[in-house]
Amino acid sequence: MTEILVVTSGKGGVGKTTTSASLATGLAQLGKKVAVIDFDVGLRNLDLIMGCERRVVYDFVNVIQGEATLKQALIRDKRLDNLYVLAASQTRDKDALTQEGVEKVLKGLEEDKFDYVVCDSPAGIEKGAHLAMYFADQAVVVVNPEVSSVRDSDRILGLLASKTRHAENGSGEVAQHLLLSRYNPVRVAAGEMLSVQDVEEILGISVVGVIPESEQVLAASNAGVPVILDNESLAGQAYQDTVARILGEERPLRFLDVQRKGLLKRMFGG
Amino acid sequence: MGILDFLRSKPKNTANLARERLRIIVAQERSTRGGPDYLPLLRSELLEVIRKYVHVDPDAVNVNLESDSGHDVLELSVALPESEDDNA
Repeated sequence: MTEILVVTSGKGGVGKTTTSASLATGLAQLGKKVAVIDFDVGLRNLDLIMGCERRVVYDFVNVIQGEATLKQALIRDKRLDNLYVLAASQTRDKDALTQEGVEKVLKGLEEDKFDYVVCDSPAGIEKGAHLAMYFADQAVVVVNPEVSSVRDSDRILGLLASKTRHAENGSGEVAQHLLLSRYNPVRVAAGEMLSVQDVEEILGISVVGVIPESEQVLAASNAGVPVILDNESLAGQAYQDTVARILGEERPLRFLDVQRKGLLKRMFGG
Repeated sequence: MGILDFLRSKPKNTANLARERLRIIVAQERSTRGGPDYLPLLRSELLEVIRKYVHVDPDAVNVNLESDSGHDVLELSVALPESEDDNA
């Protein structure tokens, strides 16, 4: 069985692609055969975050339209040989994605015995986002501790419960995971930022992970290396915990407390 | 306010503000979710009619659609203002 996992959010810029890249890489690190698909037709970016932008020959739409086989279009990751990237088309219009086309590609991946397909959704609630979530078995909703992101997430949670294959066929529910990213415990302690508990309470769902705001996320995207591969970074470790929880392991949340500063640091800043 | 208070003064807790605003808007949006698209228009037209006769606040009109064991119930509640003069 191939498990289809969508990474979505509604709002743009909250870290969907960063999350897709890290979750896919994390699942592959644990031995799963994983494909990660960029659904953002016209605004391809997953290839950059995965560091394979110069190896894109064929894309998602090429496969849908029969111009390339799945095998030709899947880009094998240089670090993990059971991890593959399917890039979004950069040139086509959004109508190139169709429900039948997406279904065909997902079926092909199932025949190729993939364990996980991670679908990186575009922002918004239009066609691309709809198709990214439609076939999902599980959803990771990425949310930032910020009002517009929280509101949009609630909207997306509503869509996941009604506008997916499982909801329409009555074949069960899409498992919903809430992932809180860009979390800054110092600002939460100062009352400047919504806390984990606030977000959980407002949305009525508990988090599967909390990714602390971290300089290493930008460094990782600069280098084209998913941040989960940076074992030193808090964000990378938090993503590793998240992957373990998605696979059913119980792990306590980390990096939620303010790290105490020494007296000197407090006096002179830093 | 003493000087110590001044030194200790913190910026306002804006997270609480965010939480309260989100609680209200999320609850409101959930209540209309999945309902027919005409609800917002229905609400605003009803409001217009009511305002012809009574001065009510836009927020005072509440239109709610609830499904209850096979029946859809359209519930309309209007909070009338406290009358200042009874000729209104």
